[in-house]
Amino acid sequence: MDLSYGEDAERFRGEVRSFLKEAWQPGGARGAELAELIRAFRRRATDQGYLYRAIPRQYGGSQQPVDVVRAQVIREEFSKARAPMEVGGNGMSMLVPTLLERGTDEQKDLFLRKTIEGDYVWGQGYSEPGSGSDLASVRTRAELSPDGSKWIINGQKIWTSQGGYATHMFMLVRTEPDAPKHDGITYLLLDLNQPGVTRRPIRQMTGEGGRNTFYEFFFDNAETPVSLQVGERGKGWYVSRTTLKHERATIGSADGLGRQFSKLVELAQEMGRSKDPIVRDRLAQIEGAVMAHRYTSFRLFSCNAAGEDPGPVQLMMKLLLTETGHEIALLAQELIGEAGLTEPAGAGSGQTNMARGPNKWLDQIMGSLGNSIAGGASNIQRNIIGERGLGLPRDLALSAEK
Amino acid sequence: MQFHLTPEQVSIQDAVRGTLADNWPMERLHQFADNDQDFDPQSWNALMELGLAGVLVPDSGMGLVEAALICEVAGEAAASGPLIAQLLTVGAVAASDNEDAKAFLEGLTAGTTVATLAIDSEFVQAASSAALFLARDEAGGLRLIEAGEGVTIEPVASTDRSRPVAKVSFGAVKSHVLFPAGHPMVDRIRDAALVLIAADALGGAQHCTDVSVGYAKERVQFDQPIGRFQGLKHQLAHMALDVEPARAFVWYAAYAWDAGLEDAPRAAAMAKAHLSEVYTRSTRAAIAAHGGIGYTWEYGLNYWFRRSVANRAWLGSPAEQRQRAAELAGW
Repeated sequence: MDLSYGEDAERFRGEVRSFLKEAWQPGGARGAELAELIRAFRRRATDQGYLYRAIPRQYGGSQQPVDVVRAQVIREEFSKARAPMEVGGNGMSMLVPTLLERGTDEQKDLFLRKTIEGDYVWGQGYSEPGSGSDLASVRTRAELSPDGSKWIINGQKIWTSQGGYATHMFMLVRTEPDAPKHDGITYLLLDLNQPGVTRRPIRQMTGEGGRNTFYEFFFDNAETPVSLQVGERGKGWYVSRTTLKHERATIGSADGLGRQFSKLVELAQEMGRSKDPIVRDRLAQIEGAVMAHRYTSFRLFSCNAAGEDPGPVQLMMKLLLTETGHEIALLAQELIGEAGLTEPAGAGSGQTNMARGPNKWLDQIMGSLGNSIAGGASNIQRNIIGERGLGLPRDLALSAEK
Repeated sequence: MQFHLTPEQVSIQDAVRGTLADNWPMERLHQFADNDQDFDPQSWNALMELGLAGVLVPDSGMGLVEAALICEVAGEAAASGPLIAQLLTVGAVAASDNEDAKAFLEGLTAGTTVATLAIDSEFVQAASSAALFLARDEAGGLRLIEAGEGVTIEPVASTDRSRPVAKVSFGAVKSHVLFPAGHPMVDRIRDAALVLIAADALGGAQHCTDVSVGYAKERVQFDQPIGRFQGLKHQLAHMALDVEPARAFVWYAAYAWDAGLEDAPRAAAMAKAHLSEVYTRSTRAAIAAHGGIGYTWEYGLNYWFRRSVANRAWLGSPAEQRQRAAELAGW
């Protein structure tokens, strides 16, 4: 076992550091000026080979060979310098890998560069009011126009992140109503700024609403050209399974949990409870899970760097993260005591960059519930661990499906 | 960066696993559990013939990571013998300057001289079979005590049937100081013991999970393998969720000890606490998952349950370790 990254990586770290020192100097820039600065910085960082490493140069990426250690060094140094990394969101994490693998040249030309530069923001059009865990049951319909040039879309999508400012959507729609459910779905790209599309924010249990929350979308004869269909008609389910394999492993996600735990310890100290043996015991219990998560992320990273399959443990990380988040929420709720009787400053606004008291933990206390739903509900995670990880037979209701 | 097992480390585990499969099947465990012996020479010798007792010798090219991997497999099999003590004693004697103690090194490394642990507890494994006791003296130093004169062994009915204990007290004994009170190795040996107990617990918890998953695929009720039912499937998923991510935690605690990292003592305490809880939960969940058969003596899950009771109490319960960890963190 060796947790150092090695000499080559440390040399590379020096290069990244000197680049950042010179290239990232935001000063007091704000608003549009800052946005322009970030854009120019991302271009330079990409030219250096630090960002968009999986994306070919012709589409605005830096097209670097796979090197998870270098990728990790870049993340660490950028984070330390508070320099902007790649544009985030579902466009980068889900659509771009899908287009790279399954898109036509026209689709790549149209969308890749504008997505990685942040001009196009993508909403995910998967979930529907009647299709949550059973995603393949989507009912939003698309039918070909009489001349065969366009898909005409009718139906509803829900739980779309960045829905308030998304310019486009990648979506799963039913095109063959008579086919078995997984084989009747097509993957389409859609311009959201058209008369047939209505969007509406969903107010969350946190009170959060407005542009930063989830949206639902209603489609009333919305249109998209047939050329914006990704993959074959009826094969959309399989197209949507494409995921980012390039340098996917990161140690960062575990640090997120570790940081949250450190804040929990600080909360116990702030509230004068850190000498309470019961509180200390619960903190250390939670930290056991935090450490298991952290060192498993090292293990996954190490396997990934060596090109080895880490096995079922990778299926467990999401559930471990959300379960530990619940434990943190429960202890935080104990610790904040009466401070929890009032909502924190900026509650429901999505704005948290203001002075806030211990009741700010209400965000985490409620938000941890969202984590056990979003991105694969916890009971679905349990099925995945049981069936794919442990090889247990599929649930009866599902075993008839393929 | 290397934070998964190397092919060499995997082959160490394979060798130990194969040896125990041949020499410590369930029938042998059953026989051993019902006789009055506190030590099984046959399986011990087979294990020692692998030549792995010296993993903690400073220049062996191996360390606590490898020791933990060996103890993990011993935990899977609920192996008999004071393996943790043997590995620690070889490491402690090899690191000590005491030439009299070093005279034992050859026999200890070969496994022909058996050592057991008598630190912080009067309950000692394989007490009547051990030639040496690794003990802490009243001043707080680490000593090697020779069996025989001055060592009083009082038999007890041991809960853990795979590693039976007796009550041991020391009078005017023949002993050798390995490290005086205040020497860093005194605490380091204790920390290493915590990591190896955690590793044994990891193996035991893995065994409980594997056996339960296997049973859930075979056992049929309502015309279905019971593992198809979500209630049980989710319980089994939680067993795996408890055990598998804890594996890298044990690796880290062992690696931190080998590398002499500052957080090594705390990582050892945390690993002992966490894995003891995981083992307790896993043995209980395994018996629940099996239903009636799991509650029988004959099926054998009770040996792992009993071993989890011993591991949990040994060198400080999870709550005691967490209290230490809280102090070490300065909370």
